[in-house]
Amino acid sequence: MTERPTRRVDRRAFLKLGVAAGAGTLAAACGWDGGRLVRPGLLDISRVNDWVGENILYSPTRLARTYDASERSVSLPSYFISQTMPMLGDPAAWRLRVDGLVAQPLDLSLDDLMRMPRVSYTVKHHCVEGWSAIASWHGVPVSAIVERCRPAKEARYIRFVSFDADYSNGWDMASAMHPQTILAYGMNDNPLLAAHGAPLRLYSPTKLGYKMTKYLVSMTFTDTRPGGYWEDQGYPWFGGV
Amino acid sequence: MTQPIMTGQQSPRPLVRRHHWIVRLTHWATAVVLAGMIASGLQIYEAYARFGNRGGPYFVSPFDGAQFPHWSRLGGWLAGALNWHFALAWPLVTFGLLYLGYLVRSGEWRALLFRPRDVPGALEMGKYYLHLRKEHPPQGKHNPLQKLAYTSVIGLGALAVLTGFAVYKPTQLSWLTALFGGFQAARYWHFWIVWLFVGFTIMHVILVFVVDPASLRAMLTGWYRGRFPSHD
Repeated sequence: MTERPTRRVDRRAFLKLGVAAGAGTLAAACGWDGGRLVRPGLLDISRVNDWVGENILYSPTRLARTYDASERSVSLPSYFISQTMPMLGDPAAWRLRVDGLVAQPLDLSLDDLMRMPRVSYTVKHHCVEGWSAIASWHGVPVSAIVERCRPAKEARYIRFVSFDADYSNGWDMASAMHPQTILAYGMNDNPLLAAHGAPLRLYSPTKLGYKMTKYLVSMTFTDTRPGGYWEDQGYPWFGGV
Repeated sequence: MTQPIMTGQQSPRPLVRRHHWIVRLTHWATAVVLAGMIASGLQIYEAYARFGNRGGPYFVSPFDGAQFPHWSRLGGWLAGALNWHFALAWPLVTFGLLYLGYLVRSGEWRALLFRPRDVPGALEMGKYYLHLRKEHPPQGKHNPLQKLAYTSVIGLGALAVLTGFAVYKPTQLSWLTALFGGFQAARYWHFWIVWLFVGFTIMHVILVFVVDPASLRAMLTGWYRGRFPSHD
């Protein structure tokens, strides 16, 4: 039996390595999101990660760490989708509509919400971009709304809709019922500013910023998983932190 | 039976098995997956290219505000990069655990793990590389400096995964995030690990070609005809 000279094997190996590296570089060079072939697979895996995030890594009772008001960050960036900052023409006419698979649909004014149980905390905000900032929030827990509207057993999700262009989010019920998930009408001890979603926004230290719908107009209980503005474009649906 | 005739050109060194297929598979698969993790990570980094809560204070970093070249990034935009990063994390952890499982089951960890008793040998190897010592110190499958490098890079892989989880779930895994000094600190360490991986890889490839080119064949086919022992 004769052995192939080592040098030839090495050259072939080198070539293979080069081809693999070349393909990898090419993929990276295109800023590749996976294309028509791989992107659907990546989104499928993202759904698996959502499942893991929701069923294994999420605790419905674990509370996010709270901070002292003195630890607040100097600034907290705010984003909206519309060309100009979304503002209500007639703030007094604003209502939060609660509907869908509920025994008691609701139409709540800001005063109604302020008369409901109030939760306030100072927590760290995590943006999907990687920044974080500490701020205080106060508002009514979503669980208090749930108590009032009494959703059906099949209602596994809530769709939160805003008046900021077509911005919306879908939430799983467990995250919505978390004791720190609130409909916030105040920030840093003051009424919520237009930049941060006035008159009412969703807030929870268990979610990334893009999951917390600002400029709320309605929450709809449903048995099918609602999409969302960023979620439909490829951002993780669960978005838990 | 006729004996094969040895010609003058043929190497007298025996051809020996050096690397199990699990080692070879996980080695190359990790190389490819890690490249994808780094490229998608650089794209993610661009969305907020500094470390620290908004308004500061910020961690000292030479990469503050850095934009990495287009060819080095994967994903196209933040969501695309996140989906690559979180998808590739699965094979990265799977291959890592497969490799560690093999090391433990086969007992090969003994030839790889750097232990305190390897310190004198590592110093001798250092002397040899610095030309303070003429002859190569005797060694087993790996010399003590190799053991140090491979042990460190395995530890680095574990740290990459742990800091990754700390950044991924800072509320649910707050104990882990706190272990690394908080969310922004975990991002900071997660990012620095990249450059340690890159530095390791550059040195690793250089040393393969300079010191032991036959090891490339061994990592591809499993067979080795080089100047070092393949067992301790």
